[in-house]
Amino acid sequence: MIPLSWYMSLAAILFTIGAYGFLIRRNVILMFLSIELMLNGVNLNLVAMSHYMESLHGQMFTFFIIAVAAAEAAIGLGIVISVYRNRHTIHVDEINQLQG
Amino acid sequence: MFAKFFFLYCGFVITFCGLAAVHLRNPVHCVLGVLVLFFHMAGLYLLLNAEFLAAVQVIVYAGAILVLYLFVLFLVDIRKELLLPRYVDSRFAAGAFAVGLLVCLLSILRSFVSGPHGSWSIAAVSRVTHTRALGQEIYSSYILPFEIVALILLIAVIGGMVLARRDSAVSGEGKRPEEEK
Repeated sequence: MIPLSWYMSLAAILFTIGAYGFLIRRNVILMFLSIELMLNGVNLNLVAMSHYMESLHGQMFTFFIIAVAAAEAAIGLGIVISVYRNRHTIHVDEINQLQG
Repeated sequence: MFAKFFFLYCGFVITFCGLAAVHLRNPVHCVLGVLVLFFHMAGLYLLLNAEFLAAVQVIVYAGAILVLYLFVLFLVDIRKELLLPRYVDSRFAAGAFAVGLLVCLLSILRSFVSGPHGSWSIAAVSRVTHTRALGQEIYSSYILPFEIVALILLIAVIGGMVLARRDSAVSGEGKRPEEEK
């Protein structure tokens, strides 16, 4: 039997990698990809806890998170395409029109 | 023993692919690294007796969302992306933040106290199979969130179409004088 803390440590590592990638990359699409990594870290945590606490509520949360992540990816990538069409860049440090 | 070995293998691949996806220069390689990561996440879900979620992970995440990312990468110009710097200027501050976050998260893990156990033990889930157990939960106690998720997906479909659509009114007005000549 694998201890629950192993799963939670791996989830924490995955979440941190996602946060790190969100902060360092210039490409907006890869920033969205890093958000997916963070969501996967949370999913792993929820499924592992649901397994060890013998309840299905965590897995239901994971199910809904996957559905909302699909919606978020569709809307976010639509915004990226529309920004690229208007500004011809997908780099966050060049999309600074609201900076004043 | 095999389960621990399998967990360590999946954990190593997940960490390696995550770091590679964050650091690689070519965005397509990053998406492919995340694809491998998602498959190993599905392996971990199988290890946790969540077969339905493993299938959903492969079908929805690896099959639909990552393909969407790849198509959007093909729509923008990634050839000159390879020649440009890939990190923002405050990269080392972000690294310090990430290390601090990891230390905080790992140090509070020790104080986790498990709550009361629910009614779906591993034997109960495997008796009715995982998919049927999840279905019973969805259509009984989670019916309202299920309907809300359906609405969110509808909004995503409409929003994606509206956002990514070419503005035909503007381009049509641009073409009209040439057509009159």
